[in-house]
Amino acid sequence: MFITQVLNGLQLGSIYALVALGYTMVYGIILLLNFAHGDIIMVGAYVSWLVMAQLGLPPVLAIVLSVAACTLVGVLIDKVAYAPLRNAPRLSILITAIGVSYFLENGAQLVFGADAKVVPAYTDLTTVQVAGLSLSFPSVLTVLVTIAATVALTLVVQKTKLGKAMRAVSEDMGAARLMGINVNSTISFTFAVGSALAGIGAVLYAMAYTQANPTMGMMLGTKAFVAAVLGGIGSIPGAVVGGLLVGFAEVFVTALGLSVWKDAVVFLLLIIVLVVRPTGIFGRTMSEKV
Amino acid sequence: MFENVSRRQFVTGSAAAALALGLVGCGGNGGGASEGGDASGAIKVGIMGPHTGDNSSYGLACLNGTQLYFKQLNADGGVNGKQVEPVVYDEKGDATEAVNAYNRLVQEDGVTGIVGDVTTGPTIAVAKASVTDNMPCVTPSATAADVVTYGDNYFRACVTDPEQGRVMANFAVEQGYKSVATLYLNGSDYSEGVNAAFCEEAEAAGITITAQESYAEGDVDFNSQLTNIIGTNPDAILVPNYYQDDGMIVTQARAQGYDKVFLGVDGWSGIYGGSENYADAADLHDCYYCCAFSSSNESEIATKFVEDYEAEYGETPTNFCALGYDAAMVLANGLAAAEEAGLEPGSDDYKQAVIDGIASGTVEGVTGSIAYEGTGDPVKSSLIITFAEDGAEETFEVLEA
Repeated sequence: MFITQVLNGLQLGSIYALVALGYTMVYGIILLLNFAHGDIIMVGAYVSWLVMAQLGLPPVLAIVLSVAACTLVGVLIDKVAYAPLRNAPRLSILITAIGVSYFLENGAQLVFGADAKVVPAYTDLTTVQVAGLSLSFPSVLTVLVTIAATVALTLVVQKTKLGKAMRAVSEDMGAARLMGINVNSTISFTFAVGSALAGIGAVLYAMAYTQANPTMGMMLGTKAFVAAVLGGIGSIPGAVVGGLLVGFAEVFVTALGLSVWKDAVVFLLLIIVLVVRPTGIFGRTMSEKV
Repeated sequence: MFENVSRRQFVTGSAAAALALGLVGCGGNGGGASEGGDASGAIKVGIMGPHTGDNSSYGLACLNGTQLYFKQLNADGGVNGKQVEPVVYDEKGDATEAVNAYNRLVQEDGVTGIVGDVTTGPTIAVAKASVTDNMPCVTPSATAADVVTYGDNYFRACVTDPEQGRVMANFAVEQGYKSVATLYLNGSDYSEGVNAAFCEEAEAAGITITAQESYAEGDVDFNSQLTNIIGTNPDAILVPNYYQDDGMIVTQARAQGYDKVFLGVDGWSGIYGGSENYADAADLHDCYYCCAFSSSNESEIATKFVEDYEAEYGETPTNFCALGYDAAMVLANGLAAAEEAGLEPGSDDYKQAVIDGIASGTVEGVTGSIAYEGTGDPVKSSLIITFAEDGAEETFEVLEA
């Protein structure tokens, strides 16, 4: 039973970590808390449902189109809603992000209705045998993908030219522009990567929990936000550690028979971290606070 | 003769009464139009509910059922030879609108009985307003305990949330389960109400409650709670929630290797075969839930209702349609009693006679036999629904009250 609970925590934590990575990417570069991030996952889940349940196309296409749609929506949101506010006070963009989130949720409700849609299974594989243990395939896949995404993201940010540009924009947007960096395309790239991650998250989420509904991104986004702040927002390893922490906290509180307190404990954790170490576990000291 | 009538007997009875000379035309005694009736002798009744807005799916389902009943009643000769004339108001799911609609029904339309309201909040507001008028009202579907407590004039056709918990506890006893665990939605009156009543009743009957786990609104991962529950090795798990959550819970529990029984309540209705299948048919084995009505019920009266409803509206009736139909039947039963006494529609005596008629009568509705024993809460049978191998709903048994 203990091992099962550890695996439950690992799966839940990995989903949070994957979503938190997207949060942290965008925040790390343009210091924007993209509250619409969770809702982009909702868009991805609905695309999977459309492709498989409505059009009857194969799962591979559903995965590709979900990720592509999320990437497109993410970049589009940046161009339409955030880019015009690049030089506005940070609070304006933050409120715009909340507005975009509501827009996506209510838009989905208008188009698809309030009832949840069931996303068909991507694969018939439900369990895998590892070292004599029967593990749920979505859990294993989620953990593996999260590890791969973390490694890939770290490499992109640390080793590539675009990554260098991203770090430069993050440090000083004006100076980066003077150095000949195309700030707008760098930010677009950041949104594209973050939203593609959301698309991958959407597929893994739909694989594990099978339902898409208009408000599914709300709580998921909030928990991932907590995870990103816990780990130190802007930090890639921080997002992963934060996600796992939140996942394990929820599972172990429940395992102790205190399921009523599950969410309370997660938010209590957030309050404690904000009081004791406001920049989070892996956070750098920054002049701006969340 | 109206103490215990089925719909068919009752209609025959009123047709016979209509034929009796002297009764026809008595409505004109007061001289011209009077409250609750007009020159032609029609009996006016109100129907209210949310017909637009968020809860309109419930309101429209009830409305369809109610109107179908009155239409059939009128075609069969009405009550005591008088036609029943429904006046319909949409309260948009809002308590203030509901009270306005109620006032218009009473003051402008002069109704003598109301079928409504549909959801709990507006119904409570109408219940409070209706006490001073002593207006006979039957709600098809408001389940909160409060609704029938303000006066003697309010009745409901459905059972309360806790009652459903007791029904499932009785079912668990009947099936011989020794231990049951529960997984309910924290902060939901419905889910918590059923859970508390189930646990109380089941423990009193000697069943061990091995775990009571909860989750929060919007949760999608129930693995941790289920691991706890499965660790206590119960004979059955009670999941008193709505179908979307129920589907995920069943799926995740089956994936963890739990292959025993699930118990549910009427929120399960729609888990399979509706707009979406929220769980695989293969996972729905050994799932039982109670509800008032299912189109799978093969009783004569239910089958006829399904046929009539499909002929009228071109769709299969839901639980709410059936409750709307039965609420109208309950009210008509009261009207018949008042007509029997030869009273003037709309008068205070008439209203009291309707209330007394409902309170002392029993009707054989499409959701089972409905009787009131001194309260506005019905004593009625429940259906236990289970799933066939292909996921189709089947009536497992009828639990008598």
